[in-house]
Amino acid sequence: MKTLLPILVLLPVVCGFGLALLPASRASLAKGLALLVSLAVFALSLAMCFRFDFAEPEVMQFFYVQNWLPQFGVAFSFGIDSISLWLIMLTTFLMPITVLGSFSAVKERHKEFFMWLLVLEGAMLGVFAARDLILFYTFFELTLIPMYFLIGIYGSTQKLWASKKFFIFTLTGSLLTFAGLMWLAWIGSTKLGYWTFEIGQLTEVALSLSASQQAWLLGALMAGFAVKVPLFPVHTWLPLAHTEAPTAGSVILAGVLLKLGTYGLLRFALPMTPEALVTFAPLIAVLAIIGIIYTALICWVQQDVKKLVAYSSVSHLGFCVLGMFALNLAGVTGSVLYMINHGLSTGALFLCIGMIYERYHTRDMDELGGLGKKMPVWATFMVFFCMASVGLPGLNGFVGEFLTLLGAFIAQDVLGPWYAGVAAIGLILGAIYVLYMVGRVVVGPFKVPKKYEDHVTDLNAREIAVLTPIAIACVVLGVWPTPMIRTMEAPINGLTAAVQHEIAERKADAETTELTLVIDADVTPTEVVR
Amino acid sequence: MMTKINTLWPEIVILGMAFLVMIVGLSPSAKARRFTFYMSAAALVVAGYLVMRGDTLGLEPLSGMAMYLKLAILAIGLLLLLAAAEVPDEAHADLPDDKSFHPSLVSRGEFYGFFLMSLAGAMLCVDADDLIWLFLALELTSLPTYVMVSIARDRIEAPEAGVKYFFLGAFAAAIFLYGFTLLYGATGTTLFVPFGQTAGEGAVTINGVLAEQGIGSLAMLGLILSILGICFKIAAVPMHAYAADVYQGAATPVTAFLAFVPKTAGIVAMIAVLNMVGWPLENQGLDGALFWLIWVLAVATMFLGNTMALRQKNVKRVLAFSSIAHSGYMLVGLLAGPVVAEHSGFHISNGIAAVLFYLVAYGVMNLGAFGVLGILRSKGEECETYDDLRGLVRRHPVLATVMAVCVFSLTGLPPILGFWGKLYLVGAAMSQAQGGQSEWVWLVVLLVMASAIGAVYYLRIIAACFLPDANEETVASPKVPWRIVASVASAVGVVVLSVSSGWLLDAANDAASPKPQSAEPTAEQITDEPTPVVSQLID
Repeated sequence: MKTLLPILVLLPVVCGFGLALLPASRASLAKGLALLVSLAVFALSLAMCFRFDFAEPEVMQFFYVQNWLPQFGVAFSFGIDSISLWLIMLTTFLMPITVLGSFSAVKERHKEFFMWLLVLEGAMLGVFAARDLILFYTFFELTLIPMYFLIGIYGSTQKLWASKKFFIFTLTGSLLTFAGLMWLAWIGSTKLGYWTFEIGQLTEVALSLSASQQAWLLGALMAGFAVKVPLFPVHTWLPLAHTEAPTAGSVILAGVLLKLGTYGLLRFALPMTPEALVTFAPLIAVLAIIGIIYTALICWVQQDVKKLVAYSSVSHLGFCVLGMFALNLAGVTGSVLYMINHGLSTGALFLCIGMIYERYHTRDMDELGGLGKKMPVWATFMVFFCMASVGLPGLNGFVGEFLTLLGAFIAQDVLGPWYAGVAAIGLILGAIYVLYMVGRVVVGPFKVPKKYEDHVTDLNAREIAVLTPIAIACVVLGVWPTPMIRTMEAPINGLTAAVQHEIAERKADAETTELTLVIDADVTPTEVVR
Repeated sequence: MMTKINTLWPEIVILGMAFLVMIVGLSPSAKARRFTFYMSAAALVVAGYLVMRGDTLGLEPLSGMAMYLKLAILAIGLLLLLAAAEVPDEAHADLPDDKSFHPSLVSRGEFYGFFLMSLAGAMLCVDADDLIWLFLALELTSLPTYVMVSIARDRIEAPEAGVKYFFLGAFAAAIFLYGFTLLYGATGTTLFVPFGQTAGEGAVTINGVLAEQGIGSLAMLGLILSILGICFKIAAVPMHAYAADVYQGAATPVTAFLAFVPKTAGIVAMIAVLNMVGWPLENQGLDGALFWLIWVLAVATMFLGNTMALRQKNVKRVLAFSSIAHSGYMLVGLLAGPVVAEHSGFHISNGIAAVLFYLVAYGVMNLGAFGVLGILRSKGEECETYDDLRGLVRRHPVLATVMAVCVFSLTGLPPILGFWGKLYLVGAAMSQAQGGQSEWVWLVVLLVMASAIGAVYYLRIIAACFLPDANEETVASPKVPWRIVASVASAVGVVVLSVSSGWLLDAANDAASPKPQSAEPTAEQITDEPTPVVSQLID
């Protein structure tokens, strides 16, 4: 039991590199093996989910620690609370679907493709499970390499530029984060007397920092995580990467990789830098809102369906950040739900678009239209996921969206109604651009590129098998999100405790200052009289 | 005097073998000439044994620093020798073996002889306790490399590179010799105390005189000139200009040699010179002029190396500028300096230990990258451009993997070896910001920014190897089995050290933590040293 997490993380990595050793004549086995491995990982994570003690969801469970480099205070240390658990479940759930979804998409270099997918899965699981900063950072950076190759080898026309921009943007940001974390660890070493990168201990160290020191730390954390999220104005790599990536790459990128950024903010920024957060949350929220509206407007004018969904990702993640920086239970819970829901619905949208691209080799809305007539099954799924994505009540997207906006609205001392109100314009814009796209692609006169007109086929059994599990998950999480929300309450309360305390303190301070001012005003005249 | 000679037997063995190799290399029998390679390897192994176990044979035990550095030089030297095993063949590809033998046409003996001499020079730098000794050891490291550059390649670029290297090297030697002269003039002695040791009773040393009289302007000028001159050896700004041309012109295995051996000698000399004034440098003479000198040199070197590398099309030139950048990172560790140890045990704040660790890490990962370049041939020529590397993974997956491991390590991606080296350097620098001095924090920020710039061109190498379709004209040369062994061994070394670098960290830390005077190093302490790097890497 104790070794479950390391096994979960290492299994896909080891099996992935194992795939590379397949002889060239057996390369076609790779996809089947990859599917098996990813299903095995999903089964393992399911078992873990059942063994998880939901009575204490805030306690780090399945804790495993093993010295790695004691000289630097670095350890293989894994543990998950319920937030990590749900994100791990999201990852292991999406991965077999992604593998199955790319069975026919990859035309050459099979082995490498599935190898990198599995390695990527291991790295992402590692990020969610790591309890040591350097281990976290290692997995965080390790996700870059497989994704770089997935985009760079299997992407479309501008793949080289896209993969490079993705790599350099993310690496530059996270190197600054690394410097910040080293600085924190050094402060920790002077306070504790030894070097450690254990997240719990460093969180306590961070809480003892002065306000300006916390501000610098927050800046360093934002440098890395904001690029990954991505937050306006460092979002420019994402639409490019999404558009150029193969379908599987886009699904994983939207489904899980972006969440590494918000997860990092949740795990480090929230508990470590409360004082700085209360000061800077409005600023970050403004950036998030600019991102929401600006990219929603960009979506509106897109010709390329995939690009449209890519930009909508930036817009959606803006809500996620907005909710998180509301700094209250509703907002942060909504933000975590948003991470999971966005992963499901946007991942599914990329899969749908991938299926169209495989058939007609175009994603241009001018060349596609009325597909609902000839491909009713596909159209049903497409419309369904579009509705989930724009937040139709009853589907999953709605819950997260509602909670993030509610959180921002009621966070009187940090954000407030104005923030929620302006961000809500993004919702309307979201409905507009998605319906616009549906209107052109799904309904209207039938249109596909000339040479494919004769072989229009609807989804086959494999493709339906790919999309159905996600659709079911969307409905379940939309109709009945309460159990999941319940389990996340305790850890989120734990993560926001420091910042809530800080808000309360500031409020009390403000009141006392007012009082003292009043008293001073009362006292001074009497003194003068004396 | 006897005791000094008693510590030098490893170098004496290597130098003796160097002369023997030169003589055997003139033999009319091709077989005997080929044997010189094995003789050289044997000399390195024997020297390694003497360094580690010399005390059991009655030799004087070495200090921790000398032990660490000499073993590192010998182990990586052995890998470099493997990588260079076929260089003399390639330099005279068209020369039939026995028939037209003429002594002036064969260079095998010279090549290996000078190879050994240069290694011995680097090892001698470690022992230096006298300016004259230091100068001679540095020159013994460099002079053979001028010849190696010129004779190891059958192309006009090679002698051109050799001549450039020689003239600029002589220029740099003049500069640091001038610096040494001024130091002698200011202090009246050429003796200095090596790092980690203390002066004998009543000995007049530069360290002692400087500590007593303070650093006057004459001594300061001497120190600055010495440091600038030594910058040539480590290819740091402002003496970096030769690197790209020389690295490009030399045969690739020789380039790998240039990127490690003279650099190690230079770093050792830099430690010796800085040790004359002692750390922390902020507190030393003339408002911390030395501190700011090294600070500026470090930042300039990191940024110049990384930005100039972006503009190159030739991968050897890219790696040359990358070598400059890595010198910049190491200067950060030199600036941080050693720890005055209150307790034994590991100190992440020990900058010198970080540099020692980084040197080994750099030596191993750099060798792998150059090794792969040296194995590949494009239209019969050495593989040099990004285009030559195109799609390497499709034709030679193993070589591409070696390249990827080494280049990602150079980039500093966790958890590969280069990352641990950078973490150590950053940790050491960050620890110096005790009172919140922002110059240290900025230094760290600039270091990571420079690394981010570096990632761009390292990624370009990876992209060339992995993304596009194969370049049909690039093939692995069938004639270089030893070079393949060396490249794969260094990639394996990088992987092994990535997962378990604890022992090397401890060794570097022990080497750079000066022991209190009372505790004479005993036989037990010496045998406690970690297993030799040689076996780790070759296995």
